[in-house]
Amino acid sequence: MVLKTKNFGNIEINEEDIISFKKGLPGFESYRRFAILHKVDDENPFKWLQSVDDGKVAFVIINPQFFKDHYEIKVDPNTSDELEIEDIKDVIVYSIVTIPEEVSKMTANLKAPVIINAKKNMGCQLVMDDERYGFRHLILDEFKKMGGK
Amino acid sequence: MLVLTRKRNESIIINDDIEITVIDVQNDQVRIGISAPKNVSIFRKELYEQIQEENRKAVESKEVSLDELKKGLKL
Repeated sequence: MVLKTKNFGNIEINEEDIISFKKGLPGFESYRRFAILHKVDDENPFKWLQSVDDGKVAFVIINPQFFKDHYEIKVDPNTSDELEIEDIKDVIVYSIVTIPEEVSKMTANLKAPVIINAKKNMGCQLVMDDERYGFRHLILDEFKKMGGK
Repeated sequence: MLVLTRKRNESIIINDDIEITVIDVQNDQVRIGISAPKNVSIFRKELYEQIQEENRKAVESKEVSLDELKKGLKL
């Protein structure tokens, strides 16, 4: 299918790349189908989580391991069932990024990560009530703390 | 909405397997205990609302390319 997007113009999305979010994402409950967009062979840790239902809805996402050491997520049995997770190795974790006017102040939401069962192409946003993590971690600061590796 | 009045240590049962107990009441604070099967997700409503709000802000992020973001990390 061809999707008209805000950030990429018209793009072709293959059915097999569509990730199903049964409950949508909080605030976007009716958006049930997403695709992850990035350049082929690109080592950029930032990617797009693009709604397939609405070209205007897209989130910048990042692999949290990139800027946060020892980030721990707890997948509850309910979520595990919902995403039909059989092996935790199939699970990919992303943080949603918010970019303000001053780009260097961009933040990542570590409180509510997006998790995807890559094997089944099913995803959800996990609601974690974990006090160690907040909604707005300054990515550049965290990255520096890690020694920028 | 169904409204019930309960005293300390009294409970309500929902759907046979969820029990909500009033543990303590002090001024305008109520401590609530919930026993439910593992597959029932429970969280404070503000947490969910905050995630909604953060997601809306994320979608309204400044329009920048992924390449620009990567440059910011000086890779």
